[in-house]
Amino acid sequence: MSAPEDGDRKPAADTKPAVSIARKQTNRRRVLRTILLTGGVLGAATSGFLPLIYSKKQRLRPPGALDEKDFLASCIKCGQCVQVCPVQAIKLADLVDGMGVGVPMIDAREQACDFSCDAVQCILACPTGSLTYHKPEFLPVRSGAQLSAKPILLAKEKDAEPTLNLNERMGVARLVRPEACLAIQGKGFKGQTRGPGFKGKLRYMDVDRWKPIKIADHPYDIGECDLCVRECPIKGAISIETVFAPDGSQRKSPVVHEPCVGCGVCEMVCPVEPTAISIEAREVWKV
Amino acid sequence: MSDLLKRRFREQIKIMFGWEPSKPEKISERAQEVHVLKRMTNKQDLQAAKAHQRAHQETSNKWRNRRWATLIFANLLFTLSFALDIQILEGALTASRFVGFHLIDLNSALQVMLAHKHIINNLLIGTGTVLVLWVLLGGRTFCSWVCPYHLLAEWAEKIHLFLARKKLVTDQTMDRRLRTVFWIVFALLALLTGYTVYEAISPTGIVSRALIYGPGLAMLWVLALLFFEVFFSRRAWCRYACPIGLTYGVVGIISPVRIKYKLDGCFHEGDCRKVCLVPHVLDTVIKGRAVEPEVPIGPDCTRCGLCVDTCPTGSLSFEIKGLQKLL
Repeated sequence: MSAPEDGDRKPAADTKPAVSIARKQTNRRRVLRTILLTGGVLGAATSGFLPLIYSKKQRLRPPGALDEKDFLASCIKCGQCVQVCPVQAIKLADLVDGMGVGVPMIDAREQACDFSCDAVQCILACPTGSLTYHKPEFLPVRSGAQLSAKPILLAKEKDAEPTLNLNERMGVARLVRPEACLAIQGKGFKGQTRGPGFKGKLRYMDVDRWKPIKIADHPYDIGECDLCVRECPIKGAISIETVFAPDGSQRKSPVVHEPCVGCGVCEMVCPVEPTAISIEAREVWKV
Repeated sequence: MSDLLKRRFREQIKIMFGWEPSKPEKISERAQEVHVLKRMTNKQDLQAAKAHQRAHQETSNKWRNRRWATLIFANLLFTLSFALDIQILEGALTASRFVGFHLIDLNSALQVMLAHKHIINNLLIGTGTVLVLWVLLGGRTFCSWVCPYHLLAEWAEKIHLFLARKKLVTDQTMDRRLRTVFWIVFALLALLTGYTVYEAISPTGIVSRALIYGPGLAMLWVLALLFFEVFFSRRAWCRYACPIGLTYGVVGIISPVRIKYKLDGCFHEGDCRKVCLVPHVLDTVIKGRAVEPEVPIGPDCTRCGLCVDTCPTGSLSFEIKGLQKLL
């Protein structure tokens, strides 16, 4: 544009036409409506923070998840981890979970991660590094979250590479209701753990290594209950030990060891209601 | 590109960010000639020509049908990939893998990058691929051809227009600069709080995940938005709020796929502006406003093709810039 043409342009202030009263009112209403919509949308958006403030409950995240804050920041909520899981252990959180809408979590009692994919495929599927084999260096590892060695997956113990590529635990199993534990009571278990209607699946190596089946289709008949130990997919994570009860008498009890990754299989298979053993999500190993 | 079109190009970007279109200050000689000739036309002749054109107009839904088919197909592919485990398009609209290739929604990627402040290779690859894809395909083409909320909103719009005809509702318009404000606010919220705040309310993400993984309570928010659009403000979310639209709009600035307006045949009846989601991009079809005989439509256009379908004179058409030269 050349200068004379610019000179032809009238100054903006003079060109404003007179505005009628009705028009002014319409404009004012429009501004109010706009402010209203702004408030509405931002209100809805920030309401996502509320459950964060209120909820202290830790959710079990898929293996390889970053610490909660980083996890929520980096998850793009696409559900690719959901899609690759062979036992459909991963679910996406809903509206009530605030910032976590669409973020993956595991309800171990309903369906635990039994590593029947062998390779922690959900980590492989994650496009943003929310689930990761190698944490970036600037993210700290909480003390006790680090596994002392790569966990050995019993299912592939005889393979050339028997370990899972997992550095941190998802949580730790804890005997939360010892009084209900069948092993402690010296009782056995016969039948379908969790009942005939239970939909949870588990890989049984003696059935099919590559095809997890319903727990309901695999009834047990055990003299002394050791289901949590028997089905634990990780080597050396849990065992039945003889321990001293508070009254000084000896008894059997499941004992969780350091290799526990917090996958939740013990919680899923525990036959008593509610479960005697459960995963404390994001809990670290305390010596 | 003439200086006039360059100036218009810049102005269209401002309009996308929320400024109102204004009358052009200067119009090319060729365009001015057409404008003058149109004014000189005898009224009876003009009426007769309009009537003739109307009589021969074929009501067509060609582009709408193609678009709906594409949109439904794309979203169905997500759903079926998971439901039938055919693994063609795994994931959701926020991030997915098309036969193994990462695809990541630009706005979601931006939110994650700002909140997490760490970018891994897969995120970069997926975002880059999608960026190239939508630069080629037209930016906001994403909105009307892929976004599942767009389709729901289009149906809600039909109800709104029906109610409006019955004089039961009126469209409450708002200030379009709001969308730019939202874009900045959500970017800042992600950066400062470290949470992908927008993703928690994004109807695109919520509807996409609902289609693939089953609906949850989050759909209530989507229903509330649709309710608002039916009874209060036509297409409010897409017009005044959605930051995804703005992100893809910016991508579309340099896109070769666009709608082209031809001045000479146009009767300036404004049917196109009535069906348009973003009528401010069609300011050029108003009598006396076109600066050149042929004017490309700006980047905020979603390339939905409703105006192309509805135009009785064929004055609006799809164009791929540079294709003519290549062929």
